[in-house]
Amino acid sequence: MDRIPILRLGPVLIVSVQGDLADAVAVALRHDVGEAVSSGGITGVVLDVSGVAIVDSYLGRVLTEIAADCSLLGASTVVAGLKPAVAITLVEMGLRLDGARTARSLEAAMAMLGTSVAPVPFATPFASAEGGP
Amino acid sequence: MSIGTARAALPVRSDVDLMAVREAARGAAAEAGFSLVNQTKLVTAVSELARNAVVHGGGGEVLVEPVQGTLRGVRLVVSDHGPGIADIEQALTDGHTTGQGLGLGLGGARRLVDEFGIESVPGAGTTVTITMWAAPSRSGSRAPGLPPIRPRMSFRP
Repeated sequence: MDRIPILRLGPVLIVSVQGDLADAVAVALRHDVGEAVSSGGITGVVLDVSGVAIVDSYLGRVLTEIAADCSLLGASTVVAGLKPAVAITLVEMGLRLDGARTARSLEAAMAMLGTSVAPVPFATPFASAEGGP
Repeated sequence: MSIGTARAALPVRSDVDLMAVREAARGAAAEAGFSLVNQTKLVTAVSELARNAVVHGGGGEVLVEPVQGTLRGVRLVVSDHGPGIADIEQALTDGHTTGQGLGLGLGGARRLVDEFGIESVPGAGTTVTITMWAAPSRSGSRAPGLPPIRPRMSFRP
């Protein structure tokens, strides 16, 4: 069975989803992303779907579930590069990708995660120690 | 009435078969001159219906048929010999699901196409027929008894 490769760039995982996916491949991706995020140090996941021509309710649900999994594991998910025809179809079906943020492109998604990743409060323990009695 | 390319009947027994159905629907839609948005809608709709046939109907088949009325179109007939649907109105309601889905499959598919018809006999199976035309649908082109869910967008110069 085909597996979708997951790339790591610093604290961000990048997944390029392309072509038509068998359901089993989508399910395997969900599992693999969860494992990769829980391996530590990951604060963001980008699902680049610019190469996906069809998102039906099944794949839409899997994308939503990946975002929910990652949220529980402490990482935020951005779905990047939805094709306009896919977005129109999702809206007409009444399917929203709840829980996942969206970005126009992979680059925009990285910027989105970069800004939210940056203020990780490295100095917080010291700050609170200073404020103590 | 059929034209041009021959009809194709594709078996659907597993999620892998769904990929062949989507590809055949995409090919027929492109050949009929559908816009990219309408190709995407039709392929998504048939993907929902064919998955229903696999998940709820225990497998079935999809007939892909180019049609020619006043306009060029594509008709897809998704049939199974599963348990059938006892309450079709309820099955068409968003959020209603007997499986693990979102309950958007049947109602969602209906919203994506120009014509939608469903026949189901409890104990004998379900047949869903959808048709999409190459140009924006004319009013009244929907199957009788099924009111338009939502006005289709039209662009006037």
